[in-house]
Amino acid sequence: MSTDTSLPVLTPADFASDQDVRWCPGCGDYSILAQMKKVLAGIGATREKTVFISGIGCSSRFPYYMNTYGVHSIHGRAPAVATGLKSVRPDLSVWVITGDGDALSIGGNHLIHAIRRNLDINIVLFNNRIYGLTKGQYSPTSPLGKVTNSTPMGAIDNPLHPLSIAIGCEGTFVARSIDTNIKHLGYVLGRAAEHRGTAFVEVYQNCNVFNDGAWDYAKARETKADTTIELEHGKPLIFGKNRNKGIRLNGMEPEVVELGKGVKEDDLLFHDEKSSEPSLAYLLSRMRHPEFPEPIGVFRAVERPRYDELINLQVEEAREKKGEGQLEKLFLAGETWSVS
Amino acid sequence: MATTSRSAKPLVELEGATVRFCGDSGDGMQLAGTQLTTTSALVGNDVATFPDFPAEIRAPRGTKAGVSGFQIHFSSHDIYTPGDAVDALVAMNPAALVTNLGDLKPGGILLVNRDAFDKKGLEQAGYTTDPLTDGSLNEYSMHAVEMTKLTRTAVEGLGLSVKESDRCRNFFAMGLVFWLYDRPLDPTLRYIDEKFGRRPEMAEANRLALKAGNHYGETIEAINSHYHVPPAKLPPGTYRNIKGNTALAYGLITAARLSNKRLFLGAYPITPASDILHELTKYKHFDVLTFQAEDEIAAATATIGAAFGGEMAVTATSGPGIALKGEAMGLAVMTELPMIIVDVQRGGPSTGLPTKTEQADLLQAMFGRNGECPMPVLAARSPADCFDVAQEAWRIAVRYMTPVILMTDGYIANGSEPWRVPDLSELTPVEVKHPEGTSNGDHFQPYARDKRLARPWAVPGTEGLAHRIGGLEKQDVTGNVSYDPLNHQHMVETRAAKVAGVADDIPLQELDGPDRGDLVVVSWGGPYGACATAVHRAQQRGQAVSHCHLRYLNPFPRNLPEILGRFKHVLIAELNLGQLRKLIRAEYLIDAIGLNKVQGKPFSVAEVDAKIDEILSQGSTD
Repeated sequence: MSTDTSLPVLTPADFASDQDVRWCPGCGDYSILAQMKKVLAGIGATREKTVFISGIGCSSRFPYYMNTYGVHSIHGRAPAVATGLKSVRPDLSVWVITGDGDALSIGGNHLIHAIRRNLDINIVLFNNRIYGLTKGQYSPTSPLGKVTNSTPMGAIDNPLHPLSIAIGCEGTFVARSIDTNIKHLGYVLGRAAEHRGTAFVEVYQNCNVFNDGAWDYAKARETKADTTIELEHGKPLIFGKNRNKGIRLNGMEPEVVELGKGVKEDDLLFHDEKSSEPSLAYLLSRMRHPEFPEPIGVFRAVERPRYDELINLQVEEAREKKGEGQLEKLFLAGETWSVS
Repeated sequence: MATTSRSAKPLVELEGATVRFCGDSGDGMQLAGTQLTTTSALVGNDVATFPDFPAEIRAPRGTKAGVSGFQIHFSSHDIYTPGDAVDALVAMNPAALVTNLGDLKPGGILLVNRDAFDKKGLEQAGYTTDPLTDGSLNEYSMHAVEMTKLTRTAVEGLGLSVKESDRCRNFFAMGLVFWLYDRPLDPTLRYIDEKFGRRPEMAEANRLALKAGNHYGETIEAINSHYHVPPAKLPPGTYRNIKGNTALAYGLITAARLSNKRLFLGAYPITPASDILHELTKYKHFDVLTFQAEDEIAAATATIGAAFGGEMAVTATSGPGIALKGEAMGLAVMTELPMIIVDVQRGGPSTGLPTKTEQADLLQAMFGRNGECPMPVLAARSPADCFDVAQEAWRIAVRYMTPVILMTDGYIANGSEPWRVPDLSELTPVEVKHPEGTSNGDHFQPYARDKRLARPWAVPGTEGLAHRIGGLEKQDVTGNVSYDPLNHQHMVETRAAKVAGVADDIPLQELDGPDRGDLVVVSWGGPYGACATAVHRAQQRGQAVSHCHLRYLNPFPRNLPEILGRFKHVLIAELNLGQLRKLIRAEYLIDAIGLNKVQGKPFSVAEVDAKIDEILSQGSTD
């Protein structure tokens, strides 16, 4: 007797829900949605074991468009919802979809604690440097001086850099990609899915209605080779249209150097995503346009014990030590007396 | 049970007694009270306790702000309160005396630590003359005992520092009180062995201090008799003493077992609810997961995540925490997931009185969320009752797919009473249903409803049931996001009807006393004991008074208006400015009278008693 034991393989289209996608035409979110479906199909994910959890904002509508389990929760709280779910159900693959306002403003506290706990979840932050759903107020990643509906004279608060925060929390997987760079985005999301621990991915995402062109410098065909630098583990940091520029460390500071003219590849900074100290990753997260090309790719990928694993391990350890809990024993703990 | 006096002095039999230990928050008064409680319970008395301590861990020594007290009422008959007036007061310093003396009965026994009544101590308490010598305490049976000196002498030779020796003073005081009320020392000696096993010299010092206090009572001529309180006639069974927060934790563990679920607690430290977290985290071997969140909001939202994951999810906090959880509670209502939200109430508003009791969160529990956001609300009436209410809350939550608020208060949470340990066969299983997986491709309807209007609890991991929930309004049946005006009206009404329908599943309201009469005293939560006792007294006086204690605050039991309507007057006693009264008036147009108090303290029996009398005497002149 022969039995076909192979699992049905899902296609990207199988992950699409029956709901109409309601982002504005031209929104960068479409591309991320498409890549996500591809990645899930590629890694052989199942609908029932995959859960998308989001907060509030344009990006947070994401779960409605995925034919998986999903929770569209409240503003900023998605990492906490995910923490509860993943703690009781480590068997599930849990994705948090968030934006710059959701994750870094109202949900900043939950974000940093989720990352430091290193739950085995994936957090994808769609960074468009604006509040879209509330119609164009500045966000915690908007640059200084940004004129918006709520900052007619320009933003006066220093912006946050998502990856610096994630690395500051000693995130075990920290990466960046760009909505229109679909191949790279697919690669980064795939790596995030593979990682065991909190995978934090920032995606430069264009809001073509309220902040169009915010990432043009990093996306435009003619400039991107000079304004971004693709990180590859174990490789020197080289960039530029002609691959003739590199990043070298001068003491604790990175500097842009030209190859040749006495500078060899070996003089350059070599990327090490597995470095146990987060200092290198942090340094890379500080490289900002226009002084530096902005790195994309995997900044950091290290292993550390995971909260969801540990919380369940403690239950197992307690069971081994004390035996399976018995209600009678619990009730009768301490001093008792009988009345007849 | 035959009693043998442990003393040569006359032993006077009493029905019961109320004792209060008070001193600095570092004086070990909570421990002294707990030991007297355990011992009294073990000799078969009914007991009720009232620990009362400041919010500061160590307020400046000797000040009134730093006074910590523990009151215990033990009795040979059923009791419901820790007692109004105190029969015996132990005051470890002048500040403790001045802040507690008002509660000592005239002629009551007063034991003070003579050594603490020095110039500085008296000044800190605001005394201009020494009350021990100025005659102001003449109406009490006062014994000024040199506790510090006697304790130091007792532990001499063990090589302890003065500070360490003085730390044994509470055991000296315990020993003396144990003699006074004819309590055995064995349980406390066992406690010392257990607690100080690793420090044999401290264990020995505490043993010596305890015995020294005990011998002191026997020897000193000034104290010429002592008292015996025989065992109470409690229903047969095995008993233990239990605190409210412990009973609540046990109730949650039991409910999880009875429903075959893991228990997840999301919590953030907050007085007076933290002990629920402390307690549950000890029982991981019962498949209990405790998550100390980064804040109250995360505690609540993680709880929603765990509920979505298909487990028994609970979050426990106090009033300020409920304020922060409000948004998450709204999401829980919208997503119609079962969970329990525990509110151990304390004095408010804002940070208020963290260690003191109050019942002023009722309207917050009912209405403290945006939109029409109803939830069932239950309240425990006593420490042991927390065990039952926790299970009941979970039963309602899963049967109706709804978050449920369980209210206790600081008084119940920290107070203790004997608990008849249930036989496992007495516990009712909690039935939980999850829809089964399917591969036939039928479209799953996450907001289809059963006859109770509950939606299915489809758990991630189940094939074919993938669905999305969230805070946006849902189309009924399909669960798709819907902005349709009529659907919203329908959903708001459906959620309201679902919670109102819980009334079909809860017992009809019972009365303690005749089913009609001049006055019905209505209470909820902690005031149960004071109201029950006051009503019993009034009934013994021949007054036509009954007691109606509510466990279910939303929805109310179906027969409540009918019951209340059979009485000439309705009195609602609660530790707020009339929140239940507002609800009863709004719901039933019953013009209830309020007995309201917000002093951070429970009602005394006398307060309720006096109000009953006042109403009935006015009534008779109508």
